[in-house]
Amino acid sequence: MTTSRRAQVAWAAGAVLILLYTLTPIAWMISLSLKPGDDIYNKQFLPTDWSLENYRTVFATDLFTSALRNSIGISLLSTVFSVLIAMLVAYAIARLDFPGKKLILSVALAIAMFPVISLIGPLFDMWRAVGLFDTWLGLIIPYISFTLPLSIWTLSAFFREIPWEMEQAAQVDGATPWQAFRRVIVPLAAPGVFTTAIIAFFAGWNDFVFGVSLTSTDAARPVPAALAFFTARRSSSSRPRRSRRPPWSSPSPSSS
Amino acid sequence: MAAISIQHLDKTYPDGYHAVKDVSLDIADGEFMILVGPSGCGKSTLLRMIVGLEDISSGDLLIDGQRMNQKAPRDRNLSMVFQNYALYPHLSVFENIAFPLRLKRTPEAEVRERVKAAADTLELHEHLERKPSQLSGGQRQRVAMGRAIVRQADAFLFDEPLSNLDAKLRGQMRTEILRMQRRLGTTTVYVTHDQTEAMTLGDRVAVLRKGELQQVAAPRELYEQPANLFVAGFIGSPPMNFLPAAVRGDTLRLPFLTCPLRSDIAAEVADGQVLIAGARPEYFEDATLVDERKRDRGVVFEVEVDVTEWLGNEQYAFIPYEAPADIADQLAGLARELDSEQMRTQMVVSLDPTSRVRDGEKASLWLDPSRLLLFDPRTGRNLTLRKSSDRTPEAAAPPQRAR
Repeated sequence: MTTSRRAQVAWAAGAVLILLYTLTPIAWMISLSLKPGDDIYNKQFLPTDWSLENYRTVFATDLFTSALRNSIGISLLSTVFSVLIAMLVAYAIARLDFPGKKLILSVALAIAMFPVISLIGPLFDMWRAVGLFDTWLGLIIPYISFTLPLSIWTLSAFFREIPWEMEQAAQVDGATPWQAFRRVIVPLAAPGVFTTAIIAFFAGWNDFVFGVSLTSTDAARPVPAALAFFTARRSSSSRPRRSRRPPWSSPSPSSS
Repeated sequence: MAAISIQHLDKTYPDGYHAVKDVSLDIADGEFMILVGPSGCGKSTLLRMIVGLEDISSGDLLIDGQRMNQKAPRDRNLSMVFQNYALYPHLSVFENIAFPLRLKRTPEAEVRERVKAAADTLELHEHLERKPSQLSGGQRQRVAMGRAIVRQADAFLFDEPLSNLDAKLRGQMRTEILRMQRRLGTTTVYVTHDQTEAMTLGDRVAVLRKGELQQVAAPRELYEQPANLFVAGFIGSPPMNFLPAAVRGDTLRLPFLTCPLRSDIAAEVADGQVLIAGARPEYFEDATLVDERKRDRGVVFEVEVDVTEWLGNEQYAFIPYEAPADIADQLAGLARELDSEQMRTQMVVSLDPTSRVRDGEKASLWLDPSRLLLFDPRTGRNLTLRKSSDRTPEAAAPPQRAR
């Protein structure tokens, strides 16, 4: 009993350490966001004066609210399409035997490894020519194409784990192939679908390169790009930078 | 309810493997048909062709007179129990059983009623809200059966449903399946490699070998009148003894004895030809225990007993013998095909447990030679099989079971 008690204490101590390590920066961000004006130079962890002033400012700024709307909308839409397409492709790859299957998988992997930055120039010209520049669709398309390969790989691994017989049983029970897919295969692959959706969502949410180069106005500019503008525009003032990074924003390349 | 008619079915896989070769079989309405054979004989493939999970390369599949070759599984109205049950892990037992009804958009009240009826039959009531992963093997098996019986399917198809259960449960579930089938009277096709299941469950049994149908007959006929060497060796445990038998005039010379050749065979064989004689272990008896009146019908001969196995209710004695090389090769090949390994040519006899025969001693055995089966070593055909003209009519046509 004593050994197990000691082990419990050790585990708890370890957990607390890890929690401190991961939560301190976040607590630091929250604390900073609550310090009004020049209070950020107060050289202590907690604000001397609690205030929601920064939040009021940031949500009153069109630049930020439109960016937030764009980010959420674009990320969600690209996630939905990416997961839907990936689900169908991955199912075909896991279930059917067709020539070129290996080729599709390896090309998908190659695309995932392609350096994004090298595409910016051509894409910029192309989007301007076809009128997709500075639109939601203009960002959704590259997001889908760069999250698809990974989604296909993850999902086909999940689909392969589901025994064939499940689906055959459903077909014998009277299901059409589509019903078998929707009522048996998809629920069984749900953990995989969620994993894929989360990965795809963050790929879009965190993207900076496309966001900053393929947009020019509030019409489509996402949060990471908007933040960069924010700091650039306001860097001369003593206004706190960190306040524009509310706790729910994940670290982005614009942090430096 | 439906009759299934299989006409010249053939299955060749894209890689060229010929799994089922020209199988024809008529399964009567309400009949319990067993497909049996060693692994790789095509029995599961045949079943999956009936249910529609494998394409039919050539031939016709008729269910109640309708050609089903091109129909999707869902349009054939058959239900199937898979070897590993294929329960849907994300659904409760209730929803698993109700799944076929939900697909047909059956009204909720009727779903409840019919799932309840199925659960009554299979004693699954207290498990209806649980998930398949929380059930034991036998319970899962029952859920799979519940899913099969909940809708009015034309036929039940079983693909080795008991092979994942332990021996004791297997016996219970076997009886359960038989009782259910008798009560519902639904046409059933049952695939197994277990001959006990084949013999106890089937109205008729179809034996397959390398994709070819060997014999379709009632279990008793299969045991007593096997069509060929393969069926004779496959059915029965311990297996039938195969001994080289040389024709010498009007006598047969076997390793331990010489006996008269049956007159109806004599015309078919040439003098000096070597046949294979088949004798079930229980055809032999300890000569000292044979009834006086019976003794005259058979022959008594001396053997050297190698080992005996006493099991309480019976006793086996193993007697090695020498066989000509070509016959020995053929018997070894047959043993391999039946998934067993014959180390040496030996004879197994089943003796009365009171017999005093002991290891390494001489013993005198009794055999009624008229019961010996004789096989042509080249074709494997059973020469002693009664000709089709004098066979009982029930063997040729599917039996009409009284219900």
